[in-house]
Amino acid sequence: MLDINNLKVSIAGKSILKGVSLHVKPGEIHAIMGPNGSGKSTLASVLTGREFAEVTEGTVTYMGNNLLEMSPEDRAKEGIFLGFQYPIEIPGVSMVNFMKTAVNEKRKHHGLDPLSASDFLKMMREKKELVEIDSKLANRSVNEGFSGGEKKKNEIFQMAMLEPKLAILDETDSGLDIDALRIVANGVNKLKKADNSFIVITHYQRLLDHIIPDVVHVLYDGRIVKTAGKELALELEAKGYDWIKKEVENNVIA
Amino acid sequence: MDKDQDKILDEVTTGEYKYGFHSDIESEQIQKGLSEDVVRIISAKKNEPDWLLEFRLKAYRHWLTMKMPAWPNLKIPVINYQDIIFYSAPKQKPKLNSLDEIDPELKRTFDKLGIPLEEQKHLAGVAVDAVMDSVSVKTTFREALAEMGIIFCSFSDAVHEYPDLVKRYMGTVVPYTDNFFASLNSAVFSDGSFCYIPKGVRCPMELSTYFRINAANTGQFERTLLVADEESYVSYLEGCTAPSRDENQLHAAIVEIIAEKNSEVKYSTVQNWYPGDKDGKGGIFNFVTKRGMCRGENSKISWTQIETGSAITWKYPSCILRGDNSTGEFYSVAVTNNHQQADTGTKMIHIGKNTKSTIVSKGISAGKGQNSYRGLVKILKNASNARNFSQCDSLLLGDKCGAHTFPYLEVDNQTAIVEHEATTSKIGEDQIFYCNQRGISTEDAIGMIVNGYAREVINKLPMEFAVEAQKLLQISLEGSVG
Repeated sequence: MLDINNLKVSIAGKSILKGVSLHVKPGEIHAIMGPNGSGKSTLASVLTGREFAEVTEGTVTYMGNNLLEMSPEDRAKEGIFLGFQYPIEIPGVSMVNFMKTAVNEKRKHHGLDPLSASDFLKMMREKKELVEIDSKLANRSVNEGFSGGEKKKNEIFQMAMLEPKLAILDETDSGLDIDALRIVANGVNKLKKADNSFIVITHYQRLLDHIIPDVVHVLYDGRIVKTAGKELALELEAKGYDWIKKEVENNVIA
Repeated sequence: MDKDQDKILDEVTTGEYKYGFHSDIESEQIQKGLSEDVVRIISAKKNEPDWLLEFRLKAYRHWLTMKMPAWPNLKIPVINYQDIIFYSAPKQKPKLNSLDEIDPELKRTFDKLGIPLEEQKHLAGVAVDAVMDSVSVKTTFREALAEMGIIFCSFSDAVHEYPDLVKRYMGTVVPYTDNFFASLNSAVFSDGSFCYIPKGVRCPMELSTYFRINAANTGQFERTLLVADEESYVSYLEGCTAPSRDENQLHAAIVEIIAEKNSEVKYSTVQNWYPGDKDGKGGIFNFVTKRGMCRGENSKISWTQIETGSAITWKYPSCILRGDNSTGEFYSVAVTNNHQQADTGTKMIHIGKNTKSTIVSKGISAGKGQNSYRGLVKILKNASNARNFSQCDSLLLGDKCGAHTFPYLEVDNQTAIVEHEATTSKIGEDQIFYCNQRGISTEDAIGMIVNGYAREVINKLPMEFAVEAQKLLQISLEGSVG
């Protein structure tokens, strides 16, 4: 599904990713962990096409296509979804209108007719129940006046609506209380199918108690320095990132 | 509304000014320049009574003593009034008895603008007075409205057919001495619309005037007079477009509204004069005086304006709240893109007791556009318990445009409650990227964000025109980010 090879990225001339390779197969959940400033969010930015991240080397292939040549909206319409770390407020634009536009743009891209108003509202209802989102949220402006937890739940709701092939969740767990964390994780688990994949970017182990990853990567100083099964997350939680830093500095892993 | 919005998004494909075409219509023009003789020629062409000629001449002589206002936050090039043609009329047979006698090219022009002159083809429930250059070419539904006692006709017809009404009300809200452009208009105005709603009548359809400038080197100076007698209601809308030309053209209009006891007038404007090209060449100078007088108790005047066109806009639709318990409202969206400039706002003059006013102004600046809100709230000594709420928001797209706010407040009564809120925000790259990431293109994202921002004002427009206005906002801002 996604093949990242030796990806090097800089932002404003500063090298952030220094040769990242990552291979995600359909149906897999990959967790990317790492200390602050290691390049996790930059990776999410590059995959979704934010302009400020400049690719200096390497390739990214998504479903057989060169992802780096695609516009952000085409990537979205081809099934890439980003759950934002800090979801953006858009005053005056209702969630209904926003989602209807997004869903129908995607349908148009795939040669389908737009959904009728009643089919769309039915879909909204089903997905709201699926992710246990308060139905009032859907009638408000996009993220406007939402609490931190509501914003994150709203990201999961949008993910449910858009049914992505590859969902990237950027620190979706940050700022969530236990209940909200459970709702977000349940949402992801319910949406997981044999043919869609997730990249879960997180700082902490606790989200991974609820979303069980197939593979855990540690990103440190722009490189993936360790890759293992789900037990790696527990080890990190117990030992902290200093352990990794030390290993890297001692060239044990490099 | 959502369905309409989808339609809009689909329909909009180009950012060009859609109404910039020019029609080949033979017109009758007088020589350019302005003098007392020109004022007399215009009056004679319209076969006017002496009292009106006197009014024009007084206005002209007063205008000669005036200077162009220097206080607006606008850069206005010097206007040579001797270089403007003050009267231009499409040539037609002297008396129109049926539509068949209208020049087909004229009909085609209005068809192209989406304003069919045939009543049966027109949007149900909307009566139109179509004005091209200096004259009204056709007023639809005139007979049907007359059955209810509603008078809706061109200003020129009103002068001849209802001279007493015109005499009684004209110049009572905007006197010929009011300001530089109002005096100019009073001297040379050529046509416009007249509307009178009799006592106790609720006008069953939207009345509208569509203004079209066609001829080159001409100015358009129209006058609208709208009188709502006691217990009546009317909703009125004006729209305007002009061909794309390299020279600036002057449009200096006057709108006067009189609202008697318990009456309500809603006046909406969708202004889409040619704004000039991307480099700021050409475009209409839109210098307009609009004012309503709530004369009777419990009367209400509500202004809604969507200002997307014109190279320079200078206008302040205002309300004089003379009757006790009267209400004035002003809802505005003003867009300045490329090199457009706008200095617009309102004046709310509270004279009567328990008078209320609401001001909601939404400025949108893009490109190198400069957008100023200028508003006065004045509470006079006897206006006990007057209330005003003002909200002025500015939205910036890009970093080369400007937004300015000039609120003035004069309160002479201690019981008044006056509130003012102001915000300035930028359409962020973050917002656009968020939309992109959900599969929405940048142009659509901007359209969506801007329409969301302006929704409060657009919702005040009659439904058919709200859709038009949304589309217009999106078109006006295309290519402004990216």
